Amino acid sequence: MTITRAEVCAVACADSFADAGTIIASPFGTIPSIGARLARLTSAPELLLSDGEAMLIAETTPLGEESTAAVEGWLPYGKVLDLLAGGKRRVMMGASQVDRFGNQNISRIGDWAQPKVQLIGVRGAPGNSVNHTTNYWIPNHSTKIFVESVDLVAGVGHDRARQVGAKYHDVQVVVTDLAVLDFQGPDGSMRLRSVHPGVSVDEVREKTGFELAVDEVTETRLPTDDELTLIRDRIDPKGLRDKEVPA
Amino acid sequence: MQDKQLTVDEVVSHLRDGMTIGIGGWGSRRKPMALVRAILRSDLKDLTLVSYGGPDVGLLCAAGKLRKVVYGFVSLDSIPLDPHFRAARQRGELDVAEYDEGMVLAGLRAAAARLPFLPTRAGLGSDVMALNPELRTVRSPYADDEELVAMPALNLDVALVHMNRADRYGNGQYLGPDPYFDDLMCAAAETSFLSCERIVATEELTETAPPQSLLINRLHPQGVVETPHGAHFTSCVPDYGRDEAFQRHYVASAKPGQWKAFRAEFLDGDEADYQAAVERFHARAEVPA
Repeated sequence: MTITRAEVCAVACADSFADAGTIIASPFGTIPSIGARLARLTSAPELLLSDGEAMLIAETTPLGEESTAAVEGWLPYGKVLDLLAGGKRRVMMGASQVDRFGNQNISRIGDWAQPKVQLIGVRGAPGNSVNHTTNYWIPNHSTKIFVESVDLVAGVGHDRARQVGAKYHDVQVVVTDLAVLDFQGPDGSMRLRSVHPGVSVDEVREKTGFELAVDEVTETRLPTDDELTLIRDRIDPKGLRDKEVPA
Repeated sequence: MQDKQLTVDEVVSHLRDGMTIGIGGWGSRRKPMALVRAILRSDLKDLTLVSYGGPDVGLLCAAGKLRKVVYGFVSLDSIPLDPHFRAARQRGELDVAEYDEGMVLAGLRAAAARLPFLPTRAGLGSDVMALNPELRTVRSPYADDEELVAMPALNLDVALVHMNRADRYGNGQYLGPDPYFDDLMCAAAETSFLSCERIVATEELTETAPPQSLLINRLHPQGVVETPHGAHFTSCVPDYGRDEAFQRHYVASAKPGQWKAFRAEFLDGDEADYQAAVERFHARAEVPA
């Protein structure tokens, strides 16, 4: 079986958790959820994972199935909000817009008093981004999402963090269906780190609405055989990943 | 001890135009929906709502009851966005204060402790500060000199929450996985009202569940309402899960031209009429078209 784009993305998401240590992983979306589980089964065995509600699960269970795994802890929303201020958490959030410094918007498009499109609201993005490592997952890399300037800053980017002296700010990577981007460009701006197999640097540039820093771009690594088996047989046997990133 | 049992409509008779009301639950989970429906039937107006928002926000928007909403998000969980809240915002008719989820928590904690504010990092550097120009920062008086957001107290006139069980004196119990912020909502409010699936004798509360499940004690609620399925269509586990089919129907019915029929079928009568209409909805759905 050929390796799919979704599997490459899942491994790139897993790599974003690899050095996290003993913290709570909070992935939003299917591919980041696969990534966090895969990291726990491979590079980051000490990660804590929730069932999506208030229970921390001791075993790494398949996606999309009612969990019967042993519960190792209790983490209702109130505890999440307290714990994140202590920094022992790493999230991978979605974004409706992201700019070159990693400012993120999930709140609204257009004017504040009368938005063109009202979205979910800032949620926990302001608090997450100034308290602990925050990464992003974009399943449809496009100029609609990668914009020169976001309509509203929910998740704080590197320029804003510097201005206010946010000492725990740590936005590391944006994983998309095309590439992995980091903030190693000039002044903490977005840089193209790697393109997924079959994607060109030009394609990523065309689908990004601002000038990307590009120096030595590598190819995103392929999953190992062991990782593929874990993704296909254990973590996502129903193939939910293909719904988020079609083959 | 004072017997505090009321009906949903009696609870609403204690509310006034222009009040600031905190609603418990989270998203589309354990919302005091029977009390919300009773507000929809009332003449109340110009309310300010503080909520980890779900269909409570949507329904009150649809009925034009709100002057302002204070929230971190508005979501139906399995469906990311509430159509009525979006429509009200996109018409530009709704005043809002949008905060980080943790800022809402800090604001409720400040109110519960009768403090003017609590410091938090959440909000720093984000546009939450610009969107809410009344927000101020505060500088640490200690050597670190760190600048933090001074989240003002979210003082509530009234809190409305829904529990799995309660006794008639106002001791409330949750049996699901998460207490959400219902105890804090009550503590931040001048007074509060608690609805529940079932009122039981006090000694029955701890017969099968641990005392830690007694989230709310009779210090706070002024009234207790027994209203089975009172959180419908949000989840109220372990008594029942979210009614996903009905929630989808609620969203689909928000389309122009269809809301009037939804309102007539489900919302224009009393709570018993609502529950009967929901049963008919499911009976209808089970019959293949």
